[in-house]
Amino acid sequence: MFAIRAACFLAPDIKRFEIEAPRVARKQRAGQFVIVRVHERGERIPLTIAGSDPGAGTITLIVQGIGKTTKLMNTLEAGDAIPDLVGPLGRPTEVERYGTVVVIGGGVGTAIAYPSALALKAAGNRVIAIIGGRTRELVLLEPELRAGGVEVVVVTDDGSYGQKGLVTDALRDRIATGEQIDRVLAIGPVRMMQAVAELTRPLKIPTVVSLNALMVDGTGMCGGCRVQTVDGPRFACVDGPEFDAHTVDYEILARRNRMYAEAEAAALRSFLAAEAAAEEPPGPCQLEARHPEVGPRIRGGTS
Amino acid sequence: MSNTLPPKERLKIPRQPMPEQEPHERRHNFLEVNQGLTVLGATTEALRCLECAKPQCSDGCPVHVKIREFVQLVTAGEFLKAAAKIREDNVLPAITGRVCPQETQCEGCCILGKKQEPLAIGYLERFVADYEREHGQLGLPERQPPTGKKVAIVGSGPAGLSAAGDLIRAGHDVTVFEALHELGGVLIYGIPEFRLPKEIVRHEIEVLRQMGIRFETNVVIGKTVTIDELMNDEGFDAVLVATGAGLPKFLGVPGENLPGVYSANEFLTRVNLMHANDPTYDEPVFDCRGRDVAVIGGGNTAMDAVRTALRLGARKAYLVYRRTEKEMPARAEELKHAKQEGVELICLANPVAFREDEKGNLCAIRLQRMELGEPDASGRASPRPIPGSEFDLPVAMAVVALGTSANPLVQASTPDLGTDRRGYIAADPTSLCTSKRGVFAAGDIVTGSATVILAMAAGRRAAASILRYLEDGQWPVVLPA
Repeated sequence: MFAIRAACFLAPDIKRFEIEAPRVARKQRAGQFVIVRVHERGERIPLTIAGSDPGAGTITLIVQGIGKTTKLMNTLEAGDAIPDLVGPLGRPTEVERYGTVVVIGGGVGTAIAYPSALALKAAGNRVIAIIGGRTRELVLLEPELRAGGVEVVVVTDDGSYGQKGLVTDALRDRIATGEQIDRVLAIGPVRMMQAVAELTRPLKIPTVVSLNALMVDGTGMCGGCRVQTVDGPRFACVDGPEFDAHTVDYEILARRNRMYAEAEAAALRSFLAAEAAAEEPPGPCQLEARHPEVGPRIRGGTS
Repeated sequence: MSNTLPPKERLKIPRQPMPEQEPHERRHNFLEVNQGLTVLGATTEALRCLECAKPQCSDGCPVHVKIREFVQLVTAGEFLKAAAKIREDNVLPAITGRVCPQETQCEGCCILGKKQEPLAIGYLERFVADYEREHGQLGLPERQPPTGKKVAIVGSGPAGLSAAGDLIRAGHDVTVFEALHELGGVLIYGIPEFRLPKEIVRHEIEVLRQMGIRFETNVVIGKTVTIDELMNDEGFDAVLVATGAGLPKFLGVPGENLPGVYSANEFLTRVNLMHANDPTYDEPVFDCRGRDVAVIGGGNTAMDAVRTALRLGARKAYLVYRRTEKEMPARAEELKHAKQEGVELICLANPVAFREDEKGNLCAIRLQRMELGEPDASGRASPRPIPGSEFDLPVAMAVVALGTSANPLVQASTPDLGTDRRGYIAADPTSLCTSKRGVFAAGDIVTGSATVILAMAAGRRAAASILRYLEDGQWPVVLPA
């Protein structure tokens, strides 16, 4: 069991966890991920590590509740535990002194890009983060990025904060100023990463994307996360998750990611129905009654 | 000697058949196909043993189970003693009794087989192991006093488990590391429930736990912790790498990455390890119900995949193989069971492309007819494509079961661990010592894909070398292959 030391919502449906995993904390590098199984009948899902504290033996995960598993995870609180967590998996972000690096985070992608942005900064790069969300409250980690010496450009779809538009608009603006951009790291929804790749491709700006392929084991054994690239199929779990953005077939990736859309939607519906059936907001006891698959709370006493 | 029948009379007893679930029933469930011999069936079968002065059967067994002795104990009705006798050489008898290719090993060497059907050694092994488990009595082998030496085993599959069994009995402190959340390796994620019930694997592992072996799940050696860290920081005196073969092979033809195309590893892992067939579990798998599916390959894994697809409700389940039935590497029993259950064989055909429908999902496999030519390096006739013979097989799901290649995780994080051309760990064939002092390797990660029993045999051989090394500290020079 992996104990949750702290948990708090950063935005609606987006929660930050500090989880005890000393070996993972010691080894983790920016860009790597863990695979978690939230309950005894749960699926294995990959989550990128947002940071770690080797001294405290904890790692940080930032989770957006989208499907059943992530929503269920976001009902967990400090004192709860996750039965299975394994990592750090995948290759770390390549960090060198490139010059000026633009790091683009779409939605919860910002949380995934965050440790890489700081690592790139620490390596002596000028780092500009373009972070976007649908609306103001979904813009993540802006103060943390600024505190790390990263220049931040905020973009929202509805214009409620920062520039109105898409992250690609902000990137296009940057490019139009004529300033030198030596590298781009883009992390977010598949279509966003594809749009960034199309923008930088003609300009030959080296661009890296972090791909959220479906996975089971995360060690190369199943091949479910294979990504079609111009160099042939690659496994996101062991060859990635970061790839040269200009080599990836995003159409196939998007289709593969939708493979279980029906089953996922059904699972989410029954999860939400169970949530709605309860009147009380989720406290430990109600949670157990509504979602018995989570198992008995390990939380002790009154914490 | 407990068998008083004269040899002539023994020859008159027919081989006892394995009670099986009826094909039309079992193709819709995941319950075990073989039901196991009854006490009467087992004692009758045991009477057929000729009790040869120089038994060939044990020579045919990769771990040299004392077959004649255990069969004599079955004849005498001493089933628990028979199980203990097997356990001296084989720590997973309930498993090997189910999954070994006996026809090419012990039973293939049985003298009875020259005149009639060989002694059903696999059935008997399974019988005594099941009897022992069902009666809740277990003779744990004795353990030597603690030596204070620590051994790490990487991987909880058959090679790792059998090595762990020998090492713990010798008094060493043994920890087995597993990357997945459940122990057993291929026995859990690879071999389906209907062939090897997971309860049996869990029981065998529980026995090993009771013998004192420590197990740690969710640890990927090479990522979570490296071999060097195990030896330098965590105080392990020796490490055995038994990580299995690993990465699935693909055909490399157009359309192979379409949704609906799986590796056998993924398809079987979703069902076996993650229980995707059970609606109370969250992991999804392709909904086969009422759809046509194809599995490409002719080995045991291909058989497991195609029979799993049938049980998930596939309307038609095809097995596509580029040679003929005769060359299929699968166990005879698996092929027989698959055909009984309604699997349709499409032999002498090979995929050249996977085709998509207007939604971008798999809708057919384009196959090319093959013919057999000269024998290749493996001794099997090599298939040659027949030009202009392409045709489409409409399917909604395809599973590629063409074997595996070396998983590089451990090797990549251990620079002084030598590998061969194909990326497998180079190990001395007899001692299984690697190029790195204190590190041994056994099973599929050395040989490439093989069988459960060969991996177990390698695990035992490695354990014997580890015992020697922990005693005398001698390390041979192992040249990279």
